[in-house]
Amino acid sequence: MTTTAQGNQETAYCDYLLRPGNTNCAGCGMSIALQWVDQALEGEKPTLVIPACCGIVTAGAFPTSAYGAPTAAATFASSPALATGISTIAALNEETQPVICWAGDGGTYDIGLATISAAAERNENMIYICYDNEIYGNTGGQRSSATPAGVVTSTTTSGKGERKKDIMAIMAGHHIPYAATLSVAHRDDFIRKIKRARATKGFRFLLILSPCPTGWKSEPEDSTELISMAVRSGLFPLYEIFDGVRYCINKRPDGLAIDEYINRQRRYRAVAGDPTSLQAFIKDQWHHLEGMVKAFPATDEDGDR
Amino acid sequence: MARELVTGNHAAGHTLALAGEANSAARGCCAGAYPITPQTEIIEYLRRFDFTKGRVVPVESEHSAMGVCIGASLAGARSFTASSSNGIAYMVENIFAAGFYRLPIVMIAVNRTLGPPWNIWVDQGDSLMVRDAPWLQFYCDSHQDLVDTILLSFRVAEDSRIMLPTIVAMDGFVTSHTQMVVDLPEQEQVSAFLPVCNVGHRLQHERPTTIGGLTWPRETEHHRIEIQKSMERVPEVLTEAIDTFEKIFGRRPAGVLAATQTEDADTVIIACNTIARTLGNVVKARRKNNERIGMVRAKMFRPFPRAELISAIGSAKRVGVLDRNHSPGSGGIFWQEIAATLRQCPDVLLQNYLVGLGGGDVTPEIIDSIIDDLNGRTESVEPIWKEIAA
Ligand SMILES: Cc1ncc(C[n+]2csc(CCOP(=O)(O)OP(=O)(O)O)c2C)c(N)n1
Ligand code: SF4
Repeated sequence: MTTTAQGNQETAYCDYLLRPGNTNCAGCGMSIALQWVDQALEGEKPTLVIPACCGIVTAGAFPTSAYGAPTAAATFASSPALATGISTIAALNEETQPVICWAGDGGTYDIGLATISAAAERNENMIYICYDNEIYGNTGGQRSSATPAGVVTSTTTSGKGERKKDIMAIMAGHHIPYAATLSVAHRDDFIRKIKRARATKGFRFLLILSPCPTGWKSEPEDSTELISMAVRSGLFPLYEIFDGVRYCINKRPDGLAIDEYINRQRRYRAVAGDPTSLQAFIKDQWHHLEGMVKAFPATDEDGDR
Repeated sequence: MARELVTGNHAAGHTLALAGEANSAARGCCAGAYPITPQTEIIEYLRRFDFTKGRVVPVESEHSAMGVCIGASLAGARSFTASSSNGIAYMVENIFAAGFYRLPIVMIAVNRTLGPPWNIWVDQGDSLMVRDAPWLQFYCDSHQDLVDTILLSFRVAEDSRIMLPTIVAMDGFVTSHTQMVVDLPEQEQVSAFLPVCNVGHRLQHERPTTIGGLTWPRETEHHRIEIQKSMERVPEVLTEAIDTFEKIFGRRPAGVLAATQTEDADTVIIACNTIARTLGNVVKARRKNNERIGMVRAKMFRPFPRAELISAIGSAKRVGVLDRNHSPGSGGIFWQEIAATLRQCPDVLLQNYLVGLGGGDVTPEIIDSIIDDLNGRTESVEPIWKEIAA
């Protein structure tokens, strides 16, 4: 059996959460994120629940599976419902492995929103991770309510008119114990948040901005740099919300202009050279976030941040 | 065994709860619960029940009710729910998913008219909407039949030779909200009758596979063929289950169908659910007048018992099918199946009657007039609407 070094341990390929042979495009954010989730869980394997999205194609075709964990493919809107059943039975049988929903933005912001809202309101014991590529990747690149204003998709051919939905505010409104945003360009912060989510009970919501060269019309080798730019420019803030009411910002923007982020992705071609709408979005977003942090800061009891 | 005067919904809720409780020695039980008239009392009963190892999850929709059942069943538990009408319509995507996953979930369908316009009364169009899903379907004519069929359903659905979900249907209000004296089973009997639920292909950490991911045409074809083969095994497995049932409960529920006085009948009428009970009285009365008439109560709709139906019809010259459901542009849905079955009997005059749609009361007089019509026919015509309100 081929083995490879992962941290200090020798791990067989078949023991990875994301195994070689998966179908992810080159430069896909899922490839980084799934490996980091695996590393943060330190060998513990979750049960995965994945709705219709690129993430289920990742597994490859039956009978092979690129996931080194038991995985259920849910209908598009149902992953938190299936996860509710799975985690209920796990609890009744005193099984402790985490149940993780792994879903795209379409399954999260759009078709699955009612199901997620209900599972969050019941505070079901699961980690819900949305890898947000801001587009319907699986069906060839249509708009979602996570698609930012200005972005060209196959259903917004002259650039989307509406702003991206604030899913974090929606989840905070459910008073779930833990919600956080994660970047595939910030490994330490990412790993810490996965561990934090793992150590928390109840409904945990994690949002990853997930680069998608195929949908973003960007170069695969630019993926992590693009996410780094999104964080530095303030477009994708890294923060945590505890119990839906206490906020903590993990990284503030360093003033990087948004122009290069736009120029390196042809999905922004309709607004090329005109960053004003994204700039206005960033400004409003930080106005809201700074206000929340000021009014409702995290406390010492919220632990390491 | 307790003989009690209970509603159909009470009987169903009680039986589901005991079946769930009977799996406490294994991985427990779980139900997704969402209200809709006329099944609501079933999920209310389940929410009140104090399970030793089980949970009833109050979800936000029927789609998620079935989603929770799927998750629980994938995790190896016994799982069940109940719905009606638009609830079943809203659930359809996950109804298909549950069958394709091969999960032995049991769902009570309290038959109700689909809307809008809103009508809460009985019509079998809701459960028949999912006739092409990989689910067994049973239609019950009484409270006792309901209790017994629910128990049989768990046993058959969870049998490793079958591994398919099952719908147990009853008439909205006529059964769900009226009281009859029922032999309600005791927990020990149910636990003796139902082996613990073992979903062999459940999610397991020792065996990390992806269930329900991508398949190519070849595997998909195999998957469908396997489902068909399992369907074909149902009559045999059901008969075994009934034999065991009789030993434990001392009575013998109907199997795939129930034929009455068809041996020498020239005219045979087919109906399901409570219309079949009214029909039984009409047939009895007509027999007293020496009419050569018989009836078949259609009970199992999926798999459709073709061979059993042909032998039940015997040498009848005329067969009338009463449908309390309607497939627009075609006719009654039971009639469609029966017409496909009777293509092997070209000499039989088969006539469809659409009756009691939207819950109209199908009285003995109406059935009598249908039989008179059928007996006077020399050839069959398009499905006939027998309007009750007219
Ligand atoms: C009920 C239903 N409607 C539509 C689809 C088709 N469909 C499959 S995946 C998908 C888009 C998924 O987008 P997203 O959740 O953003 O994930 P991504 O593909 O980008 O990873 C759609 C529309 C479906 N599978 N089920
Ligand atoms: S289309 Fe995008 S999200 Fe889907 S696999 Fe490719 S890069 Fe990843």
